Amino acid sequence: MTITGKTRRQLLRSLAMGAAVVGASLLGFFPVVRKWVPRLRPPGAIDEREFLAACIKCGQCVQVCPVKAIRLGDLDEGFGVGVPYIPAREQACDFSCDAVQCVLACPTGALAHAINRKEEVHMGLARLDRPRACLARRGEGHAGPARRAPFGGVHRYMAVDRWKPVKLADHPYDLEICDLCVRECPIPGAITLEKISGDPADKRHTPVVRQSCVGCGMCEMICPTEPPSIVVDIRRKWGEL
Amino acid sequence: MGLFASIKVMLGVAPQRPAAISPAAAAMHEAKRQTKGTDRARSIRDAHADGHGNRWRNIRWATLIAVNLIFVLSYRFDVQLVEGALTASRVVGFHMADLNSGLQVMLAYKTILINLVIGTGTVLAMWWLFGGRTFCSWVCPYHLLAEIAEKLHLALVARRLVVDYPLHRGTRTVLYVIFAVMALVSGYTVYEAISPTGIVSRALIYGPGLAMIWVLGLLVYEVIFIRRMWCRYICPIGLTYGLVGALSPVRVRYSLENCLHEGDCRKVCLVPHVLECTKKTYAADVMVAIGADCTRCGLCVDACPTGSLKFEVKGLNKLL
Repeated sequence: MTITGKTRRQLLRSLAMGAAVVGASLLGFFPVVRKWVPRLRPPGAIDEREFLAACIKCGQCVQVCPVKAIRLGDLDEGFGVGVPYIPAREQACDFSCDAVQCVLACPTGALAHAINRKEEVHMGLARLDRPRACLARRGEGHAGPARRAPFGGVHRYMAVDRWKPVKLADHPYDLEICDLCVRECPIPGAITLEKISGDPADKRHTPVVRQSCVGCGMCEMICPTEPPSIVVDIRRKWGEL
Repeated sequence: MGLFASIKVMLGVAPQRPAAISPAAAAMHEAKRQTKGTDRARSIRDAHADGHGNRWRNIRWATLIAVNLIFVLSYRFDVQLVEGALTASRVVGFHMADLNSGLQVMLAYKTILINLVIGTGTVLAMWWLFGGRTFCSWVCPYHLLAEIAEKLHLALVARRLVVDYPLHRGTRTVLYVIFAVMALVSGYTVYEAISPTGIVSRALIYGPGLAMIWVLGLLVYEVIFIRRMWCRYICPIGLTYGLVGALSPVRVRYSLENCLHEGDCRKVCLVPHVLECTKKTYAADVMVAIGADCTRCGLCVDACPTGSLKFEVKGLNKLL
């Protein structure tokens, strides 16, 4: 076959376009390797590297979540595009579905099917990030909703309605000492409220994160200070700093 | 056309005029050669007297929109009929997974996942039955957007405002291998990050994001520079389904007898190399099954003024 100028130009064009497409796809490496957008993954998510490989980006976990806590990553997350995460401060997972529905929905095991109970989940660990802002540590109470309108985050309060999520902005509290992170934590005993001193007149308390914390982010969402005093460290394990 | 020849053409080899032509077809070719120019002109005029409809295109667009709408509405109204997106879903509880996405995940994750095997198995059987690349033209939402972009492109070409710069069709085959190797080596589903099929499907269901900018950019590029670039020269999903549908019973069948060889079918076709047999003297037999790369979109069936291209279900021997 003789290669004419026309076919040569076509081959060069094809080569250039092929390289451009491969190059565009490889741009997805940067956000992942550089960890530009660290994300709290849904319950049961396997190791981050494997998670990005195993996730088929279908969003079935998004669809089953009763409090709509799961969002999908966008293009700025590179290979994380279409991969689920939980923006805990905006809408945390409150485990009100009991059987970890997102895990059951996952078709590829990116959310590991070995998990049957919320206590077996490990997404991260809560940490008192700004102790001086924490209302309990200042000995202060909290009146009114945990997060004010227009905040849209919801929570299924077992005492109010087992099935219907209630907006945090529509659910006022009146607490002498703020214990919202302890009170609304879905894992019993994962956060406890301890007195700071033995003095009965000292109203100051501190939330203490225990090893049973699964990192769901409920405390981060419910914390009434702005920014939150308590946050979830993504994928941190007990004993790690 | 034999199976291997059909797959070779799909992978990018230029189609060849068949070496052996059946006696019946040869006789027909000869008879057509004898036809006088005036007779031929008259038959062409007669054939076009009615104009052509858009029956199959309309049915196909309705199907494509309906399928995608089911995904959207099923989530919006929480009826759980279809959950997920085109990359993977549950249809009334049954797992389904896009073959190419499933392949990418298995290459990157290097684990055989039972749900994914079930899902891809179901989809494999379904698209083998329906014709492989039928997925492209009857389901893929990017295909519809690209068809609209193509109309714009052709309108601009007609006004001499833009020119099509076609690529070599082998580009898709090379990229297919590159994407498979990249998934295997890097451990990431690299192609999924830029797949317009997945991006548009998720945008419809979960709402659009920045990723749609990439898709719109592709469409603009296709309008200005390269006609149907993604579907023709790049998308590995099309090649995966093409291989699945290579032996499918549902296909378009060409009948030599009444064909006037004007080439209207090749002008509307996404993959005109599969219609090589419609060129004068190129048909190896009086009936030719159209090759693996065909998306069964039916544009040629609509365009053909003589009814020489029809949908066929092999074995049923019944013309639709």
